[in-house]
Amino acid sequence: MDIGGINFVTLLSTLIVASVPILLAALGELVVEKSGTLNLGVEGMMIVGAVTGFVAAVSTGNPFLGFVAGAAAGAAMAGIFAVLTQVLLANQVASGLALTLFGLGLSSLIGQGWNGIRPPVTGDVPLGPLAEIPVLGPIVFSHDWMVYLSFAMVFAIGWYLKSTRGGLILRAVGESHAAAHALGYKVRRIRVLALLFGGAMAGCGGAYVSLVRVPQWTDGITSGAGWIALAIVVFASWKPWRVLLGAWLFGGISVLQLNLQAAGSRIPVEYLSMSPYVITILVLVLISSGRGRTMGAPADLGRTFHTSQ
Amino acid sequence: MMRLEKRATPSRAWAIATPLLAVALTMIAGGILFALLGKDPVAAIRTIFWDPLFNPQFAAYSRPQLLVKAGPLILIAIGLSLGFRAGVWNIGAEGQYVIGAITGAAAGLALYPMDSRLIFPLMVLAGAAGGFAWAMIPALLRTVFRTNEILVSLLLVYVAQSLLSSMALGALRNPEGGGFPGSRNLSQWASSANPELLTGTGMHWGVVAAFIAVIFAYVLLQRHMLGFSIRLAGQAPRAARFAGVSPRRLVIICFGISGALAGLAGLFEVTGPAGQINLDFAQGYGFTAIIVAFLGRLNPVGILLAGLLMALTYIGGELAQFMLGLPAAAIQAFQGMLLFFLLAVDILTNYRIRWSSRETV
Repeated sequence: MDIGGINFVTLLSTLIVASVPILLAALGELVVEKSGTLNLGVEGMMIVGAVTGFVAAVSTGNPFLGFVAGAAAGAAMAGIFAVLTQVLLANQVASGLALTLFGLGLSSLIGQGWNGIRPPVTGDVPLGPLAEIPVLGPIVFSHDWMVYLSFAMVFAIGWYLKSTRGGLILRAVGESHAAAHALGYKVRRIRVLALLFGGAMAGCGGAYVSLVRVPQWTDGITSGAGWIALAIVVFASWKPWRVLLGAWLFGGISVLQLNLQAAGSRIPVEYLSMSPYVITILVLVLISSGRGRTMGAPADLGRTFHTSQ
Repeated sequence: MMRLEKRATPSRAWAIATPLLAVALTMIAGGILFALLGKDPVAAIRTIFWDPLFNPQFAAYSRPQLLVKAGPLILIAIGLSLGFRAGVWNIGAEGQYVIGAITGAAAGLALYPMDSRLIFPLMVLAGAAGGFAWAMIPALLRTVFRTNEILVSLLLVYVAQSLLSSMALGALRNPEGGGFPGSRNLSQWASSANPELLTGTGMHWGVVAAFIAVIFAYVLLQRHMLGFSIRLAGQAPRAARFAGVSPRRLVIICFGISGALAGLAGLFEVTGPAGQINLDFAQGYGFTAIIVAFLGRLNPVGILLAGLLMALTYIGGELAQFMLGLPAAAIQAFQGMLLFFLLAVDILTNYRIRWSSRETV
């Protein structure tokens, strides 16, 4: 299975781990955008989740509490955004940017003195004989519980949006807040809840970066994963299962470029490390230029809702 | 209960008062944050906002720094503000700043060690062209393929940073640098140096360019058809289309101007204060300029003042780091907080708050 010094079973196995943070963050943002709000602060929520999760896990010695703390911190950040955009009717683009700038500063402030520490290990789920299956075992059955939780979330969110009453209302609010309001739905409350959920998912994804993916704390550890998550929502045309596909694609590219670096590729390191961003841009171009323009974007995405208008 | 009533026109008085209110609120919240970090909040705020200007021990050094730091911020923010007014979101100025520095420095270094008065102007042109070209990527992808310009311009920042380290370690590395990363020091080569123009003021060519940009933007917005189109497109996109304003043209123009200005800022920085292309060259000016643009209410004169204030937080932050052991990141969090408060109190400009005993909604 070795091609050019790279083992493909290991590659696919690490691809799945590498894609978890962007998968979680992108799923959260998908729900947020379906409700009609554009939160560009994903990177900020992720990195605050990463540092909070790291600090909580190291000080309690329990990685589970780390993920809970990361999610809570992400939701708290989203809460700031919700107050700004839903209560104080601030511009969503500017508020999202503010959230990212603030999050980058705050995370490095909290993380002072936590550099160079190893977090407690998030162990693999014991699946017994399943993990022993050749090829399939290492790729599918030897991961930690967050990996399986993230897969479960793809199905849960897909089912919720498509087949439940709550999902229908959420989508209605995103497509036309005026109509949803006229029908008596609480537009603002639904959007705030969606934002808090999205923040928790992003925070959880961030915690996965600092607890499993890297695992340590350094400033700017998420290095643009939040922005790639935003791009993946567009790539996925606002469909959950396509988010999974997108996350694998980008997880794959980042793992592959790291493997190429390790294998001593002739391409300079800097060009390999920029490749995930370049390819994200290329994919965005391909997706945006094809077919219809909106491709499933909620009609009221990014519009401010106020009852007097 | 609180009820919001939209104003027919934004309040002029609040438009001026809100930035001041936001600064005051940030000082209070920042003080609380510093207290939580175990620092004396009053001393921290005084060290950041008062000491750099008036403390006899530091003012002589830190006052000139004010213009050094404010120059690039103002230059970049002026460009961004034109786009933000028109609803064109260039948030990748950091990348355009880095590329401008690289292309400008490369143009100069290609001629090293020739001595000529023409080298610096040539580098200025190359820097502006580099920033312009880098900004054209999201602009053209937007107009040709309808790709989201926010995401593309931002993702390009990470690409630019990789290019920067590649240049510092490779093509532009100083051959006499003993293998260390970084280019030749451009501020020490007479033909490329961007020195202080008036001793003791911190005024260099980048600051001059920033002042010119402020005047240029003011005239453009007040007196020129393009400025009118920009304002119209932001306030009433549909009306703008009926009036014959081409949205595509506006995207190209706004990105072009802001990219070129960010590139210029990068060039002036690499030939002056920074001195060389190096791994730590990018300092986040491109992102802080976003805050400067909003704090200045997207108004040229406002941006001038906001740039000076933000420069003060940088200098005061360094001083607080040195005097009180306040972590460097505290300032970035502080600046982010300022933008939060600004956006939050902006509601007073656009809405009237009514208090009523009971509300139906």
